[in-house]
Amino acid sequence: MSESAWLIKSASPAGGPATDLLLRDGQIADMGALGAADGARVIDAAGLIALPGLVDLHTHLREPGREDAETVETGTAAAALGGFTAVHAMANTEPAADTAGVVEQIWRLGVRAGYCDVRPVGAVTAGLAGSQLAELGAMADSRARVRVYSDDGRCVSDAVLMRRALEYVKAFDGVIAQHAQEPRLTDGAQMNEGEVSGRLGLTGWPAVAEEAIIARDCLLAAHVDSALHICHVSTAGSVEIIRWAKSKGWRVTAEVTPHHLLLTDELAETYDPVYKVNPPLRTKADVAALRAALADGTIDCVATDHAPHSVEDKETEWQVAAFGMTGLETALRVVQAAMVDTGLLDWAGVADRMSVRPAAIGRLTGQGAPLHGRPLQPGSPANLVLYDPAARSVVSPAAHASRSRNTPFARMELPGSVQATFLRGEPVVLGGKLVASDGQAASDSQLAARERQSQRGQPAGPEPVR
Amino acid sequence: MNRHLISAADLSRDDALLILDTADELAQVADRPIRKLPTLRGRTVVNLFYEDSTRTRISFEAAAKRLSADVINFSAKGSSVAKGESLKDTALTLEAMGADAVVIRHSASGAPHRLAGWVRGSVVNAGDGQHEHPTQALLDAFTMRRRLGRLDGLRVTIVGDVLHSRVARSNVLLLRTLGAEVTLVAPPTLLPVAVGSWPCDSGYDLDAALPKTDVVMMLRVQAERMNAAYFPTVREYSRRYGLDDRRLALLPEHAIVMHPGPMNRGVEIAADVADSPRSTIVEQVANGVSIRMAVLYLLLGGAEAAR
Repeated sequence: MSESAWLIKSASPAGGPATDLLLRDGQIADMGALGAADGARVIDAAGLIALPGLVDLHTHLREPGREDAETVETGTAAAALGGFTAVHAMANTEPAADTAGVVEQIWRLGVRAGYCDVRPVGAVTAGLAGSQLAELGAMADSRARVRVYSDDGRCVSDAVLMRRALEYVKAFDGVIAQHAQEPRLTDGAQMNEGEVSGRLGLTGWPAVAEEAIIARDCLLAAHVDSALHICHVSTAGSVEIIRWAKSKGWRVTAEVTPHHLLLTDELAETYDPVYKVNPPLRTKADVAALRAALADGTIDCVATDHAPHSVEDKETEWQVAAFGMTGLETALRVVQAAMVDTGLLDWAGVADRMSVRPAAIGRLTGQGAPLHGRPLQPGSPANLVLYDPAARSVVSPAAHASRSRNTPFARMELPGSVQATFLRGEPVVLGGKLVASDGQAASDSQLAARERQSQRGQPAGPEPVR
Repeated sequence: MNRHLISAADLSRDDALLILDTADELAQVADRPIRKLPTLRGRTVVNLFYEDSTRTRISFEAAAKRLSADVINFSAKGSSVAKGESLKDTALTLEAMGADAVVIRHSASGAPHRLAGWVRGSVVNAGDGQHEHPTQALLDAFTMRRRLGRLDGLRVTIVGDVLHSRVARSNVLLLRTLGAEVTLVAPPTLLPVAVGSWPCDSGYDLDAALPKTDVVMMLRVQAERMNAAYFPTVREYSRRYGLDDRRLALLPEHAIVMHPGPMNRGVEIAADVADSPRSTIVEQVANGVSIRMAVLYLLLGGAEAAR
């Protein structure tokens, strides 16, 4: 653990009045008009916005199994460059993250990489096969402390299994994150069903396939009084159902991806599979409804659904190509374009939707978990991002840290630039560039210390008495 | 004209009429003792077929050969999708062989579109998935014009599985460009949900449409639709949407019956209707060669060469 301290001058916390922040011992030690501090390195952050470190509830890191597309190290490097200090690694790896052993391995790989906290998501069903529950409790009790469970990529379509999963995780304050896709209604589906799919001759993916599952699961969550999180909401109809469920006081939360906030199904006209994603890009009306729902809080948070794929899985006929797009390195910029520059959300809102709320849904609020999503104030862990909203640049996939290049925002000009990311007081990104990780070089004792840190969210000190 | 022919929407009215007029001239070649023109000598046309379609492949092959082009038949069925060589690698191979035109048939909608991004030669769509089949639409329009003397204002009724039909999509676009009025008739399950945005009318009642029809085009019912709840039984489909003697009598006297083939006799079309003098089904096949000659001739710069 380094002893370094950092003095950030004149940053604007969540868009508020400029102030200085002193980071020491992994925490925000002081804020206000601060003089030079002992041994602290100084960052001039005039014009930059400071946000609590972003939390992604939905990331595909691909390791183990598809290290050609992404590894925990490259994926978390991409996350850090995007301003994230915690990511939830989805369970659809090979093998699937459906046992304590696999989730602990993924968690440990994250610790070793050192760029951000990796919170493994556990599979709901063994092998994501949708037939029997995975050992949800064992994953909860493991060192990875799993609280979010999802078969993402596949829907838990069996109503009984979904009910049991929702009930079972109540024992350890878990949440089921549903990939809402009725399988029969989406057999062979390629893109949003509508005017464009009809014209292009690509099999349609009706909005109702998502909405029917969301409606059912809201009712199930209400019936068993458990926590349901809905992944990547993509339709205006889904928003209406979630709004209704929330009005009943049910424990339902929801996320939207950056790409669903900005892009529409007309992009499929190119037949370029970089625009092929699950759930599919929808219409302008859906985009407008999703933006409004994120603004009014009906949709709780933004989650990237960062889904890296190798070139050969995308440089094909549309029908053959894999579903998914990368998103970690562009998320905040897309949210600025879609939500802030349009006047729908201020920066405090962005901090809420990209850090505070996803941290709460992911149970990163203490009790043994690393702390994320805390407001920038003295005493909070020094997880934060410095962001320049005035910058503009063209997205260049070749410059991304992700191993994959399947970003739909390639060649698009987007606002903003992540200038620095701090994880527990240490910079992982500075000047918009990755700070070399000592992950592979770290000694065993350093790694053990980091493992403890990543579990408790506090700088490593002496081994606590257990 | 564009360098490629991927969608019927690529064609302006002038382009489409130029193809039809050129096909008219080239059709005369078929009546000569030596059915061959030297126009495309030294040019290479590749037939890249990822799907079985003997009739379309033969039609393109005959067209290219009558123009003296070198023809390479590349049957890649089953070799691309999911395993084997990727479409891109095949494209690069064809590029290295110096293909001036690639005629592609593929089960994936948009495959010709992708191919066009990877080769320098002209790409001709010979049917892609459920998207389009523009030369079929051209030969259909050609056949209508030959039989009925005009296309402007012609009332064309297309019947059957519009949802999955590349023939229907290309015909709707091309016939609209050429001034015909298209009506789609099908069970609601076999019409796209957004058919209302298409440049045509649509309905569910074939009997009501037939008296107001100059051309009725029957689409093939694919075997795989029969087990996917698009309609209850083949017999019910045939009763409600099949063209039989009784329905043939509802048509105006001058009206013609078309089918892109291959037919399911007794399902969408009764045998004696298919074989009646009002049926143009055999002519469509012959006209296909003339249209494909015209397309290759115009895309490969035959027009300039001839001037």
